[in-house]
Amino acid sequence: MKYLLSAVIVLGLLAGAVWAQESDQPSTAAADTAVSADTVSVAPPAPVGNLRAYDSDNDHGHAVTLEWELSPDDGGGDNSVLMYEVFRWYPYFWDTVQEVRAELVTARQRRVQGTLDVEGDPDDYVKELVSRHTELLSTLPEAHEQYPDDGEFRLVRAVPAGTEKFEDRGPKDRLAEDFLPDYCDFYYRVDAVTIDESVRTPSQIVGPVQSYGQWFNTGRIVVLCFVLVFGLLTILFVQRARSGAELYVRPIAGIEAVDDAIGRATEMGRPILYVLGLGTAADVATIASFTILSRVAKQVAEYQTQLIVPTYDPIVMSVAQEVVKSAYLDAGRPDDYSQDIVYFVTQSQFAYVAAVNGVMLRERPATNVYMGMFHAESLLLAETGAIAGSIQISGTDQMAQLPFFIVACDYTLIGEELYAASAYLGREPVLLGSLKAQDVAKAAVVLFALIGVIVTTAGSSVFQNLFKVTD
Amino acid sequence: MKRQLPLALVFLFGVFMIFQYFVPHEKSEYVYEFLLDWIYIIGIFALALGIWSLFRVSVERIKLRKEGATYSYVALIGLYLMIAFGFTAATGDGGALSTSYYIWLLLGVVCLALVMRARAETASGRKKLLALGTLVFLVGFVLMSIFDDSWAYHFYTAEGLSNPMFRIFFDYVMMPILATMFALLAFFIASAAYRAFRARNLLATLLLLAALLVMCRFNPYLPGIDFIAKASNWLMNVPNLAAQRAIVMGVGLGMVATALKVILGIERGYMGK
Repeated sequence: MKYLLSAVIVLGLLAGAVWAQESDQPSTAAADTAVSADTVSVAPPAPVGNLRAYDSDNDHGHAVTLEWELSPDDGGGDNSVLMYEVFRWYPYFWDTVQEVRAELVTARQRRVQGTLDVEGDPDDYVKELVSRHTELLSTLPEAHEQYPDDGEFRLVRAVPAGTEKFEDRGPKDRLAEDFLPDYCDFYYRVDAVTIDESVRTPSQIVGPVQSYGQWFNTGRIVVLCFVLVFGLLTILFVQRARSGAELYVRPIAGIEAVDDAIGRATEMGRPILYVLGLGTAADVATIASFTILSRVAKQVAEYQTQLIVPTYDPIVMSVAQEVVKSAYLDAGRPDDYSQDIVYFVTQSQFAYVAAVNGVMLRERPATNVYMGMFHAESLLLAETGAIAGSIQISGTDQMAQLPFFIVACDYTLIGEELYAASAYLGREPVLLGSLKAQDVAKAAVVLFALIGVIVTTAGSSVFQNLFKVTD
Repeated sequence: MKRQLPLALVFLFGVFMIFQYFVPHEKSEYVYEFLLDWIYIIGIFALALGIWSLFRVSVERIKLRKEGATYSYVALIGLYLMIAFGFTAATGDGGALSTSYYIWLLLGVVCLALVMRARAETASGRKKLLALGTLVFLVGFVLMSIFDDSWAYHFYTAEGLSNPMFRIFFDYVMMPILATMFALLAFFIASAAYRAFRARNLLATLLLLAALLVMCRFNPYLPGIDFIAKASNWLMNVPNLAAQRAIVMGVGLGMVATALKVILGIERGYMGK
């Protein structure tokens, strides 16, 4: 019955996919619309008003923001404005800088390809170009001070009618063509342009304005406050725990099952498979997984059971080897440790799945533990483990994979339970203290959410704005 | 010192990373990017360790004649071939590979297979014979590497990626295999869905009904589709989203707490403590 139902679902899915593909054919009836450009005689529009330019907030520099009031002929009046063109004043010196830049970029590319044909050492040639380019860039501020002599306004970007704000942002890479240097006096102009591009009205010129980077992102004050408060709470509860206060932590079935699962594997004389997921050593889920692996490896060493840890990331492999080695040492069985317990498989997602599934079906581990960051491979692994008849314990912070693990595994650590596992397994007061801090923070979040709902329902956005974070 | 230094480094760089988030200045970004570059550098060295680990484990499997040791031959020869393709390219115009290039590749494969076989062999006489055979093929392999001008090594440039065999193996061997693995997901979802939606108790029945409702949302020919669409949207946007947000908040706080514990040296699991 099970297989019949599975087959029916699969056939249904395939039939649905075929039908969807057929119905998704592009319509041949769609006619090409040809737009004919008629010559229209229009009067010059009114210019934009109150043009302002200032350095963009909370960034690394290389950006200037322009704001203006719409031309009276944009959306009203003659309604003749089609777009606005933003112009910036460039010194002619800029062209020299660009020539050297282009030469440098080409030289570097050819140097890498080995096709740079110059007299003398190619590296010296590139170095010389770099120093020349750097020197020219350093004199750019002086060139900008020559305004309005030795330069001209050039188009930066065209924006559609109805736009009141534009950010002239350049990359910080000095070798980029549209690099926008800091600490230079820039001058801007915005033209209101009609359908006939020759009919336009320039605005007043605004400037000088300089771009520069900020040392503090004021849009993230709320996050800073939260981190500080949460950090203080963590330290407070850790101190309380150290002073001997009893801290209750609710039982987590998935973690309690780890001990039983290791015992089961020992009784059956079959190995334990520990999968750290696809995360890197920098992911919090993987860091939490290392702690659980440490605990599992220690028990495995004590029971003299076999442990298999195939890894996806070579850095994770190196760390996991160290973790398992230390665990065997702590268990008093350093001789039982072998470097082949933790081994690297591949950095290709589905090749990794194929390898781990192969281990499951060949070695028939009694217990499979999946802890860390998982993606599309979660169900492939967990279903194969279920077919192999292993007890399966999983834990991940990836929301999309949780349903798959819940369905296919015997126990699943949901989200933060994965992080709590280290504290729960170790039962160290210091770690339990941090768990309590999390509980208090969660209570605060719930409280703020309730207050926010009430205040917003009452029609005020003051409370919402308090928590606004901007980049 | 062995324990204190890593903790001090973690604290130092951890605190910097926190402050970096609040400092958008170019200098701060420069240090941040410099540190991220180190991840790549460490990653490259770690990859060498990883390949060595894969090599050693595969050889060990062949040596112990474990179940599925044949796959280790495939893994090692595949590893050798892809590395060889990736670092070599034809020297002539058009990039066509010569017959001598394939002979050179084959010599390498035979060398590798003989080494593996010698590792697995227990009889001393045969082992010596295999070692001698390996030496003969290795000499041929090295001589061809030096004197064959129809192809060249490219260790510093990406020219090896233009090797037609590299693309053929990648596009027509690796990609279809990976796609096959991914395609299995559809069948696993079907079997997992069957297990999940069995109406064993009240909660499982509710889950089944909710799933049916959400699935029916995508069928425009069902009678009462408006009601079904509204009901399933409500299910997805209210109870489902509420539960998801609760988990996301927990995960967020857990992440911050774990990061703080690591920075402050409270959590030392990554050091094996």
